[in-house]
Amino acid sequence: MFRTQYDSDISIYSPEGRLYQIEYAMQAVAQGSTALGLKSKTHAVVVTLMRSSDELSSHQRKIFKVDGHMGIAISGLTADARVLLKFMRNETLHHKFVYGSDLPTGEVVSSLAMKSQRNTQRWGRRPYGVGLLVIGYDGGKTHLYQTSPSGNCFSYYAQAIGSRSQSARTYLEKNFKEFPELGLEELVLHGVKALKESSGKETLTKLNVGIAVVGKEQKFEILKPNKVQTYLDQILQTEGEIEIENENENEKDQEAETLELKLD
Amino acid sequence: MQPKKKTLRPIVTGSSVLGIKYKDGVILASDTLGSYGSLARFRDIRRIVPITKHTVIGGTGEFSDFQEITKILRQKIIENQELVESGKEEDELLPSEIHSYLSRVLYGRRNKFNPLWNDVVVAGFEKGKVHMGTVDLWGSYFEDDIIATGYGTYFALPLMRKAYKKDMERDKALEVLRDCLTVLFYRDCRTINRYVFAEITKEGVNITDPVEIETKWEIADWQEGKL
Repeated sequence: MFRTQYDSDISIYSPEGRLYQIEYAMQAVAQGSTALGLKSKTHAVVVTLMRSSDELSSHQRKIFKVDGHMGIAISGLTADARVLLKFMRNETLHHKFVYGSDLPTGEVVSSLAMKSQRNTQRWGRRPYGVGLLVIGYDGGKTHLYQTSPSGNCFSYYAQAIGSRSQSARTYLEKNFKEFPELGLEELVLHGVKALKESSGKETLTKLNVGIAVVGKEQKFEILKPNKVQTYLDQILQTEGEIEIENENENEKDQEAETLELKLD
Repeated sequence: MQPKKKTLRPIVTGSSVLGIKYKDGVILASDTLGSYGSLARFRDIRRIVPITKHTVIGGTGEFSDFQEITKILRQKIIENQELVESGKEEDELLPSEIHSYLSRVLYGRRNKFNPLWNDVVVAGFEKGKVHMGTVDLWGSYFEDDIIATGYGTYFALPLMRKAYKKDMERDKALEVLRDCLTVLFYRDCRTINRYVFAEITKEGVNITDPVEIETKWEIADWQEGKL
């Protein structure tokens, strides 16, 4: 993205009809570490890569509970995310108090979209520099939404946001057709595998991988590190098996060579 | 100084509303009278009205406040339709949600010492089951299989409690209601012999036109041969 003379204020259009400040805000989302979400008919899952600024500090939390049936994963400015999280928690709580029922995920996402858009068209305000992946289970259906600083909200079968998210997205695009019928365990495994695609040089450990699930007979729950480790182990095991197979094949070739020599 | 603009006492009033669950749904019943004190003033009002395709409400007490409640609820349905993404009817507000919302409204009004002077029955069909309950002018919320408001609480409820069986037949349910309405006509001075029934099943709402029920007014002691 190049600096132009049309990007100094949110209220200035470029000649091509673009609002650069909004696009720069979306760039803030792209700088955050990867967060991805995917859903089946019965469950919705988010998986995140939690960065830590140095060895001494803790890993930055990226998954938050909104209500018993809904939660979010964030990418971008964490402080902005907290404001939106507070808003969502208020909306769900108010709905429960007045109507005695769970607020449908789609409704709170619509309210969020309106709220986000307001900041793109008001004097003295800036767009929220955070993208959310909202997962929820209500009305007997699973939901996965992405919100962005522009105020656009879309529903997804699977999506990834943040840095290096394209690799995760490619993995999800390849596999999403089989997601609807999967059980929870397999769904989470796909999520972790997708995260591995965009983890780059960073090794996945139970401390820097965050997983949360929600669905039928499953309240929104952030998985404990030990549970996360079991999924990481399964991934390593499959990889390990492939490695061992390759090793065995190499050994067989070596044996064949030695035999030939002996016959000589 | 502004004059007091609060509900001090009910003026045009409706008497009892009865409700009973049966095998396939629920039936509500009431008479069509709006009393002006002891005067039987408005003899063809509707104290049971539909709110959505699957919910009705019935009202005892101040009739203008009941009309206001009807307005408030129907407006809420319209507002909610805008939020619901799918635009499908089954995703609109459920009877239990309407019931909960109404109880918050009435409780809020009572806290301001400006109540909507009613005892409202909310009944409907959701998720394959019947939901029925009541909210009153103080904001008290109840759910039950048999409901009666106004004088019905004293005259009809004991009779309904004796006769009610879970998953009873439609005809039996109607029989119980008609019996209770008759008793109320005999004993409650603020009633007339003109009734409306509202039936809710999974198919939706059906509110009948007014009907009369036979009553006997010959005083037994003065019959020929008895004295």
